[in-house]
Amino acid sequence: MSVLLRTDGVHKSYGGVRALDRCTIEVGEGTVAGLIGPNGSGKTTLFNVITGYAKADAGEVYLADRRITNSAPAKVFALGIGRTFQLTRIFPSLTVMENMLVASQHSHSGARKRAMEQLEFVGIAGYHAAPAGTLSYGQRKLLELAYVLVADPAIVLLDEPAGGVNLSLVNHIAARIRELNAAGTTFLIVEHNMEFVMGLCDQVTVLDSGTVVAAGPPDIVRTDRRVLDAYLGEDIEEAEDDPAPAEGA
Amino acid sequence: MAREIYQAIVDGILVGGVYALMAVGLTLIFGVLDIINIAQGIMVILGAYLSYELAARLHIDLFLGLLITVPAMFVIGVVIEWAFIRPLRGRERVSMTLLVSYAVALIIEGILYEAFGADDRQLNASYVTSSVHVFGFYLPYIYLYGFALALALVAALYVLLYRTKFGRSVRATMQDETAARLVGINISRVAAITYGIGVAVTAAGGMVYGATNAFTPNSGYDLISRLLAIIILGGLGSIGGALVASVFMLTLESLVDIWQPNWAIVVFYAALVLVLVIRPTGFFGRKAVRAQ
Amino acid sequence: MSEDQRTSLTVLRRLGGLTGLRLAGVVVLLALALVFPVVDPSPVATNYGVYALIFVAVASAWNIFSGFSGYISLGHAVFFGSGAYTLGITARDWHVTGIGVFALLPLSAVAGALIAVPFGLIALRVRRHTFIVITIAVFFIFQLMAYNFSFTGGSAGLDAPFLPWGAQTYNNPFYYIALACAVGAITLAWLIRRSRFGLQLRAIRDDEDRASGLGVHAMRVKLTAFVLSGAITGLVGAVWFFYLTQVQPPSGFDPLFDLSVVLMAFLGGLGTVSGPVLGALIIEPGQLYLTANTNGYISEILLGSLFLVAVLLVPRGIIPTGGEYIRRLTTRGRAAIPAAASAAPQAPTEPAPVREAQR
Repeated sequence: MSVLLRTDGVHKSYGGVRALDRCTIEVGEGTVAGLIGPNGSGKTTLFNVITGYAKADAGEVYLADRRITNSAPAKVFALGIGRTFQLTRIFPSLTVMENMLVASQHSHSGARKRAMEQLEFVGIAGYHAAPAGTLSYGQRKLLELAYVLVADPAIVLLDEPAGGVNLSLVNHIAARIRELNAAGTTFLIVEHNMEFVMGLCDQVTVLDSGTVVAAGPPDIVRTDRRVLDAYLGEDIEEAEDDPAPAEGA
Repeated sequence: MAREIYQAIVDGILVGGVYALMAVGLTLIFGVLDIINIAQGIMVILGAYLSYELAARLHIDLFLGLLITVPAMFVIGVVIEWAFIRPLRGRERVSMTLLVSYAVALIIEGILYEAFGADDRQLNASYVTSSVHVFGFYLPYIYLYGFALALALVAALYVLLYRTKFGRSVRATMQDETAARLVGINISRVAAITYGIGVAVTAAGGMVYGATNAFTPNSGYDLISRLLAIIILGGLGSIGGALVASVFMLTLESLVDIWQPNWAIVVFYAALVLVLVIRPTGFFGRKAVRAQ
Repeated sequence: MSEDQRTSLTVLRRLGGLTGLRLAGVVVLLALALVFPVVDPSPVATNYGVYALIFVAVASAWNIFSGFSGYISLGHAVFFGSGAYTLGITARDWHVTGIGVFALLPLSAVAGALIAVPFGLIALRVRRHTFIVITIAVFFIFQLMAYNFSFTGGSAGLDAPFLPWGAQTYNNPFYYIALACAVGAITLAWLIRRSRFGLQLRAIRDDEDRASGLGVHAMRVKLTAFVLSGAITGLVGAVWFFYLTQVQPPSGFDPLFDLSVVLMAFLGGLGTVSGPVLGALIIEPGQLYLTANTNGYISEILLGSLFLVAVLLVPRGIIPTGGEYIRRLTTRGRAAIPAAASAAPQAPTEPAPVREAQR
């Protein structure tokens, strides 16, 4: 199985705070990979570096064999990496369908058709004419997922897809991810919801203070001493019940 | 020629001090309320008219009159903030507050026209027209007093911001409004009082401006364009930056004025555009984030 | 109606852009505008008409850029005045008189566009706050240049070439030209709003960084809108100059110009196509009346006050607020949005309230 996305020794500091420290991860093609770690461990920062929203101070990012370090977000998106945000970023004054069309690269009629397909897939097709600002939080998450999918990315980075939504919606999202993965899309998911991660992911990487402390299949990682140390003081059960998404790490 | 240049520099520094007074208030308002108070220019003029009325009708000395005009302007500022700026909410808040302050400026300008007419006014006192002769330079008393006043007020502002509890609230709000709210700071109160202070300071600036320039209600436009250029150059929200930028820009203008009086004002705009192209956050600008 | 049918109808609606009622309304308005000078041929009335239409065009042009992109420009007077001066200078230097001057109008549009390019390249790189300030600064630069350069006639300004037309019908051709400009501007705004380009502009307004992360070329899009807006405004400025027969620095580059235009667009509804039209039709005749019948300063106070009232009472503008009101009336009692499609068995189970759109 080939590696689709990898980072190599990424450093990133904000002033005196080191957010990422020799961060090296690998995501195999066709897998669903999880990225977990305590708050502030650098997960979202890593996403930002990969997708070009932040510049790496050192280290490299590769998509397949192609070096994409510090590329602009639009370039990264065009190369096939889609990404959602912890606090959903949609276009509130545009309708749901219009939100989809912003990301679309196809011709006009083809774009609508494909957009509708994606909306139906995630389950909010009925809202296609509603201003996105009127959607509930969970529906916005689905919209964000839909419009990164519309560009048919090779890999999708999801930042806390299960954060702040009820159980049936979480299962709905997990089911969609499985379907897409079965069709060939690779996923890298940041999450605090342990059940979600352990039930869905083939591989899990654990981040603590900006560096990788463990990586492997979920069962191995969950009992790894270093992982437990990283979460020291934080009850794993508690993390699952996080009512609202945390501010960006 | 050298003599002229030195005089121009001295003039620039002295006048810069006065402009600093007005600019500091403007940048403070931006730092705390996140709005660009276009009305600041006309507020200066209002202050000038108030001083004028006090002097002309009640024969109160210009500097003493400040004891009345400064608190009066403070109250006016608080009322404006409470009535027109606080109610604004939503995504377009930034642009809306700017337009609202423009509208307020327009109303005040219209009222001033109605009340005082369009003739030139200028404040007068014994120290306005006389100057002290030092090392061969002429230093008009009014500018010296004005500069001293500016220093005193800026120092007072620093004390307020860095040595008092209220000042801590203000600085906290400038850094992170949500966090400030979370620790119990009453943002509305801070906003209103800061706006009041920003406007009150212009009363002082207005008095000195009115003593050194002929003014009409129309003078606000010229003023606000300079003030805006100054605070952007100095960095939105930076008081030290406003000080430095004021002195710098006024000195520059003073120098250019020697050769090309008609175009001297352009240095403001040209410098503004140049700086924004090269360093969009200004000299000391803090908010480097590009988004919205 | 089945889900498919409803979707098709919605799609058709979007493609067509105008359903029966709306189309009828537009046609009626256009007809009214066309016959207005015939119905009331007095110069006073047609004068109102000319000014109103000029500002309809300007407000629409302004809205094409600022309304859609969210970057509020307070410097459009730069284009207006430059268009006026361009016509004056070319007519004077090339010795064009009489009707021939109309042939020079396109030059003013070109001038507006040419100025917009460097203006936009500098101004559109900064945050929205600073953008507004730059537009103000550039405005003052242009006013200053008009005062100080000799080829602009200094503070005396320029005069337009004489038109040997009778006083009774003098206004009418100008009326129809202004009408043409207005219709052109509105049509362009409408086309843009329905187009992919307009979509990108509006996405930029909502979240520019996210939009560029999705592949939207923000600078290119913004600049294009700016240039289009500048060109139209320049053209209309030239028409205004020719109609008024004179321009001076404070009238061609009038600090109140932009605030009036902003108020028009804002009152009617920023970012809508009909909003600026409505706003201009309300405000411009009002301003004209006040300037003619009172001394100029009351109008300033009223303009400022009207703006404050608008901001506090109808912050989203008349058209959107009115539209929502009508929608609420017509959908009372049932959900305005159909339930989510049942394509996915585990559709979101959260209730689907239609929340008030965030302002």
